[in-house]
Amino acid sequence: MYDYTDFDEAFVRARVAQFAGQVARRIDGSLTEEEFRPLRLMNGLYLQLHAYMLRVAIPYGTISPRQMRQLAMIADRWDKGYGHFTTRQNIQFNWPRLPDVPAILGALADVGMHAIQTSGNCVRNVTADHFAGAAADEIEDPRPVAELLRQWSTDHPEFQFLPRKFKIAVTGSPADRAVTRAHDIGLRMVRNAAGEPGFEVIVGGGLGRTPMIGVTVREFLPKADLLPYVEAILSVYNTLGRRDNKYKARIKITVHEVGAEAIAHLIETRFAELRPLFGGHDQALLAAIEAAFAPPAFRDAPTGAYDAARAADPAFRAWSDTNLAAHRNPQYAIATISLKAHGATPGDATSDQMRLMADLADRYGHSELRISHEQNVILPHVHRGDLPALHAALAGAGLATANVGLISDIIACPGMDYCSLATARSIPVAQGIAARFDALKLEHDVGPLKLKISGCINACGHHHVGHIGILGLDRAGVENYQITLGGDATETAAVGEKTGPGFAYDEIVPAIERLVRAYLALREGPGETFLEAYRRLGLAPFKAALYPEEARDAA
Amino acid sequence: MARSFTPKVVTANALLEGDVVYLTEDDRWSRHHHEAELIEDEAHAQLRLLHAASQRNLVVGAYLADAKPGPAGPEPVHFREAFRTRGPSNYPHGKQAELTDV
Repeated sequence: MYDYTDFDEAFVRARVAQFAGQVARRIDGSLTEEEFRPLRLMNGLYLQLHAYMLRVAIPYGTISPRQMRQLAMIADRWDKGYGHFTTRQNIQFNWPRLPDVPAILGALADVGMHAIQTSGNCVRNVTADHFAGAAADEIEDPRPVAELLRQWSTDHPEFQFLPRKFKIAVTGSPADRAVTRAHDIGLRMVRNAAGEPGFEVIVGGGLGRTPMIGVTVREFLPKADLLPYVEAILSVYNTLGRRDNKYKARIKITVHEVGAEAIAHLIETRFAELRPLFGGHDQALLAAIEAAFAPPAFRDAPTGAYDAARAADPAFRAWSDTNLAAHRNPQYAIATISLKAHGATPGDATSDQMRLMADLADRYGHSELRISHEQNVILPHVHRGDLPALHAALAGAGLATANVGLISDIIACPGMDYCSLATARSIPVAQGIAARFDALKLEHDVGPLKLKISGCINACGHHHVGHIGILGLDRAGVENYQITLGGDATETAAVGEKTGPGFAYDEIVPAIERLVRAYLALREGPGETFLEAYRRLGLAPFKAALYPEEARDAA
Repeated sequence: MARSFTPKVVTANALLEGDVVYLTEDDRWSRHHHEAELIEDEAHAQLRLLHAASQRNLVVGAYLADAKPGPAGPEPVHFREAFRTRGPSNYPHGKQAELTDV
């Protein structure tokens, strides 16, 4: 993976020193909160419901065992012994004290990490396919491009005061695991007629209060043109993006108001001006970055232990059915470690679990770890012969839950248990649904189903693109949960449809159960997924299951 | 007739820890909701909020939250404020862990 250069190191250290001074001046009263707030946000520090929260970037979801151990150390020393992995490939510490934050940032800098641009109206942490560099279906590893974008966007003088935050996601595979169609800019690697790799450029996607699927402004952009093209998009947005209304400030609204064709034209015009100015330096830099992402030296060894364990151990078989994905090397597999044990908080890992995952990555995974936007941890390169030993080690630490892609593999934002913006809780709803389906022993029969929960309209939990989405709202001083169906986060992205009136806190788990039981009764067979059944049947039969009284009244 | 005023407490987060705090009648910042001053007059509420906002080296983001009288002192009205008196529901962290004697 990419290691910090002297420049990166000096930059991050300088920022830590700067922020340490700012914190000291806030505490001694030289800075007011109004003055300090934008400074702390630029360094990932929020003030939440019960405490400060520090959001640390894990660029394109790639993290080394050494970095993971440092996160564990930070969790133990300055927090409450755990961290929360988020839907943007960040980790959040929920309980830091303000005076300790400079020391935490220093400890992050010790391992080449930081919290820069994890908040504020700037280009945020660039996210990528969590199977990057390992997936069997990949055209090229998208992370060098993501790293190039990280370097380019960090403290970019033109883009420090954008109308609103700006999120970029990149994938190198036809199967979109990075939700590129719901980002401000989504980059999907494709090949042109000559077989050369380039990008489909998608602009103006986003969730939040106005969910939109992005529009393609370029079907094929040569790889070499990526940086000037992205800069052209940002430049057009920086000029036209609305600063008069926070709720209309994202680029999705700009695209909507200006029109997709007109925006594409403006971008191309600006691109024509910018492209000659780049002069090839970006390509020299990219080549150096690409070398840092060379694949590990894959081992050539027998895989018999894997087949034997599958035949002998039903628990291993269930785990390998759900938690493994196809690797580009057929002797290998991509192993997802579920942070969704039934009844646990989605995305949370204790410091002990972090250390164990780091050790297992060293022992079985070529010292690589990934964090997914689905709030799980991934060992991208595990030899199949090592999988039984890996599974056994995970099982001993409560990390072998065989549920990836199933209904209990829920994305959930922190919700009103932590977040000051939330309008309702998310975590206990996720816990309740996972525990219920575990008790029913039904989720493996139900099969692939993406359930996503947000505790407010800002949609950090991606509820709009869940096959089942749940949005927690405050209705007249009571928590109320609205259900959407048919959302899709992949290359066939779609925004889910609202089913009707919301459900109270104690009604939402039974409502989800009715919905899933309706699907089981309606599907053509186990081969038809929830999403496929929904697309075939439409909303009506699911609505009837959710609102049985109304269905009875209408009959 | 004047519109009836819902009683309030002044609440904020402590600058150093971020913990939820409440303004008391004798100008202290308490970690306990029931020790807050229950303000029943709108003009007085504004004065107390101004006082709170002036203490910028102690607290952040002071605001008025609806409250009602209870046997042990003021109680929160909205569920958000009730959560703020306790902490998160997924772990025994925050006030619920530190204030077990209450």
